[in-house]
Amino acid sequence: MQDLGIRVLFEGKNLVRLLGGLWVTLQISLLSVALSILLGIILGMIMNMKNPVVKVITRIYLEFVRIMPQLVLLFLVYFGLTKAFGINLSGEVSAVIVFTIWGTAEMGDLVRGALQSIPKHQYESGRAIGLNEFQIYAHIIIPQTIRRLLPLAINLVTRMIKTTSLIVLIGVVEMVKVGQQIIESNRLEVPSAAIWIYAFIFFLYFIVCYPISRLSVRLEKKWKD
Amino acid sequence: MSKKEKILEIKHLKKNYDDTVVLNDINIDVCKGEVVVILGPSGCGKSTLLRCINGLETIQEGEIYLSGEKISNQDKKMHLVRQKVGMVFQSYDLFPHLTILDNILLGPMKAQHREKKEVVVEAEKLLERVGLLDKKNAYPRQLSGGQKQRVAIVRALCMHPQVMLFDEITAALDPEMVREVLDVMLELAKEGSTMVIVTHEMQFARAIADRIIFLDSSKLVEESSPEEFFTTPKTERAKQFLNVFDFDIAK
Repeated sequence: MQDLGIRVLFEGKNLVRLLGGLWVTLQISLLSVALSILLGIILGMIMNMKNPVVKVITRIYLEFVRIMPQLVLLFLVYFGLTKAFGINLSGEVSAVIVFTIWGTAEMGDLVRGALQSIPKHQYESGRAIGLNEFQIYAHIIIPQTIRRLLPLAINLVTRMIKTTSLIVLIGVVEMVKVGQQIIESNRLEVPSAAIWIYAFIFFLYFIVCYPISRLSVRLEKKWKD
Repeated sequence: MSKKEKILEIKHLKKNYDDTVVLNDINIDVCKGEVVVILGPSGCGKSTLLRCINGLETIQEGEIYLSGEKISNQDKKMHLVRQKVGMVFQSYDLFPHLTILDNILLGPMKAQHREKKEVVVEAEKLLERVGLLDKKNAYPRQLSGGQKQRVAIVRALCMHPQVMLFDEITAALDPEMVREVLDVMLELAKEGSTMVIVTHEMQFARAIADRIIFLDSSKLVEESSPEEFFTTPKTERAKQFLNVFDFDIAK
């Protein structure tokens, strides 16, 4: 019977365990997102340099990360590093490394695009009123870049949160994994638990990501030039 | 003219991009309170000359002096030079993320570290003069081209520049907005501002200039009073140039 399935959620510590899983998901995503934004901004500024060597290197990095499925990257860092160099990283650390590598590349490209979309005249007007290069960035270029960047960056953040579900496969017990464990232990008594548990997981992802994506829509409207 | 104090001296200026010579052996002196209008066909290097004075372009030979102090190719100190040289561009480049008042305050407060209160008073006074005080809290996108350009002039003036450079500032405006901008400039000229103006408005050039400088193919071809230049130009090239603005009646 369908109404039996939902019961599983509230049995024992299941709900708390699922929320604990969500917390793991959030910790890994937020840490990766924070690092990606920071490093991505730096990378974006580097990508804007005219040096051809820098251009080629950053391009290769970006393409490499985009072409590689995130799962392969996860395996590469988690299993590959151990096999090749004997470096033993925990699943959580591997996940943060991989998502930061990926997020930095994507964020860097967004920052590069946003910086390039600022017209040359904005720099010149800044110079014409006697600001030094640092002040031009601080008061003119960066505020405008952020306005163009934020909606896109928020989109990236929600994508990163969702993609962390892959880390089940390197043994990190996050929300999806906890869900699977609960389903497994109830397989015989409550076969319909699966749909309820996954629906609840869907709901949890939704309440995390939806406000973030609403925020991006609002900011986009507010800052429309 | 030589008795007056020289503000800006350009000596043997040469500018080239790789092999293309853009400006060749240009010598110009501008005295305090003088209005110099630079005329010439497109591509003769007028705008580049202004950009060289303001250090937006480096120069290959020669020197530029402002009140006796060398300002050309100063690299690191260039932002200090630019605080004394105001410039307004063709494409009314206000900062879109700041209000009109903040656009004006940015330079005086951040570059010159002046007191906010004092600058606000001055900015409001200047805005009132150009008839835009009621727009001080608006954003640039809410203004017309002519209004933006008047704000850009105020933004430059608020820095108390020793000389103002105007680079075809009415070229991108609708005809009926040109007037309001030119009127502001005429008023500045009356008050004794030192200005170097690049323009395509011949009537305006004649009305505002103390001296006309005619550039052609990267050289200074003619230098004379507006009266002389528009009625009896000395060079053949200037005659040709002026003829472009006269039309024969078609019917």
